[in-house]
Amino acid sequence: MSGVRVLAGTRKGAFILSSDGKREKWDVSGPHFSGWEIYHLKGSPVDPNRIYASQTSGWFGQIIQRSDDGGKTWHQPGTPPGEQTAPGGAPKGESNKFVYDAAAAPLTTHQWYDGTQHPWEFKRVWHLEPSLTDPNTVYAGIEDAAIFKSIDGGQNWKELPGLRGHGTGPKWQPGAGGMCLHTIVLDPSNPQRMWIAISAAGAFRTDDGGKTWKPINRGLKSQYIPDPDAEVGHCVHHIAMNPKRPGVLFMQKHWDVMRSDDAGDNWKEVSGNLPTDFGFAIDVHAHEPETIYVVPITSDGLHYVMDGKLRVYRSRTGGNEWEPLTKGLPQKDCYVNVLRDAMAVDTLDKCGIYFGTSGGQVYASADAGDSWNPIVRDLPAVLSVEVQTLS
Amino acid sequence: MIRIILPTHLRNLAHVGGEVTLEVPAPVTPRAVLDALEAKYPMLRGTIRDHGTLQRRAFLRYFACEEDLSHESPDAPLPEAVASGKEPFIVIGAIAGG
Repeated sequence: MSGVRVLAGTRKGAFILSSDGKREKWDVSGPHFSGWEIYHLKGSPVDPNRIYASQTSGWFGQIIQRSDDGGKTWHQPGTPPGEQTAPGGAPKGESNKFVYDAAAAPLTTHQWYDGTQHPWEFKRVWHLEPSLTDPNTVYAGIEDAAIFKSIDGGQNWKELPGLRGHGTGPKWQPGAGGMCLHTIVLDPSNPQRMWIAISAAGAFRTDDGGKTWKPINRGLKSQYIPDPDAEVGHCVHHIAMNPKRPGVLFMQKHWDVMRSDDAGDNWKEVSGNLPTDFGFAIDVHAHEPETIYVVPITSDGLHYVMDGKLRVYRSRTGGNEWEPLTKGLPQKDCYVNVLRDAMAVDTLDKCGIYFGTSGGQVYASADAGDSWNPIVRDLPAVLSVEVQTLS
Repeated sequence: MIRIILPTHLRNLAHVGGEVTLEVPAPVTPRAVLDALEAKYPMLRGTIRDHGTLQRRAFLRYFACEEDLSHESPDAPLPEAVASGKEPFIVIGAIAGG
């Protein structure tokens, strides 16, 4: 019997929404870690019971949580479930320790909002990306921007310093949400290759397992930097890829929806007939690699949907030609936002599409976007949505 | 025996209900209290003091005996009433927002 498990991170805790393959009736579990900001949760593709969560607070800092039973119970890696201490065990609290590798890549400054230079400081984990092959290996995208890796289930974290040490760091700058590495895409056909994106530096790719990185922003144009075609400085909001077609990437930039057919070496705009090409979320249909989804947001100054209407836009042509999807979504007096990590797709047939809003709704479509229903309506503001397809 | 009062979120994180009590050898200072606290509750490492620098996190403050001790030296002796357990050492979140 197939099923799905939707993992929703919110401003005030995590929620787990479960259904069978029909995706009509839902069980809601949570809040987990109530009162904390849960920037992201994601399950391991090879062990769906293994879920990682980023629990964070401006007051109390960063906590990594892990579940080994599909979200029923949680613990900090290294601290066994139900125990405060483990005599003779590994030092606990280490799982929360993210220290830049300044020996390998000296800490530089980055550009601040006013153009002055500002120290690089750890703030939180935005995104957790479990390995495609090993449940104990997981990557973390960090603010201020860096990528870390754990190979022991999230207990110990080491930076992959080649990215921050790329040399262009002083030109990176924070977007409205901070200078965050928010997107990590792994290549199922090449374990040495991955893509990341930083607001506002742009997209980068490694072809050697994270040792070295190169900016891949050719074709992006950004009017908010002095040179609109600069190598770095672009505010990339999110990148999505159908894992069955590695190398074809879709990007929601600050403004502009973009596409690359050569693993990011070159990008072209595919915004086409969208009512606005500002937005955060973007994703790709699980079975139709030319079918993509975005949620247009009015502008960078107005972080809510246009005209009071919540509309997902779908392109079946890989961009340029877009259709609004509105059935079941509010079409008046709606002023929510949908953040970059708050859209996901399942792999059932028909493909399910999910997204969460700043108003606390999580919507699901069990028919590839033709119609929508709210799973829940009144959660705290949703920061992230991931989905696990269970068999 | 030193008494420590933690913010709700940290009590939940450490799986403790009310006050925390600890044996802390003299001299009883903020650093000694927090070292002992983190030794007993390692999951609190990094939540009160930065992992690397051990500096107090910006949005937390230390109170005791109706005094704000946040900006005192971490090695300055705490009031006798704290060292004797008569008064608690309070870790409190700064007010922010509405």
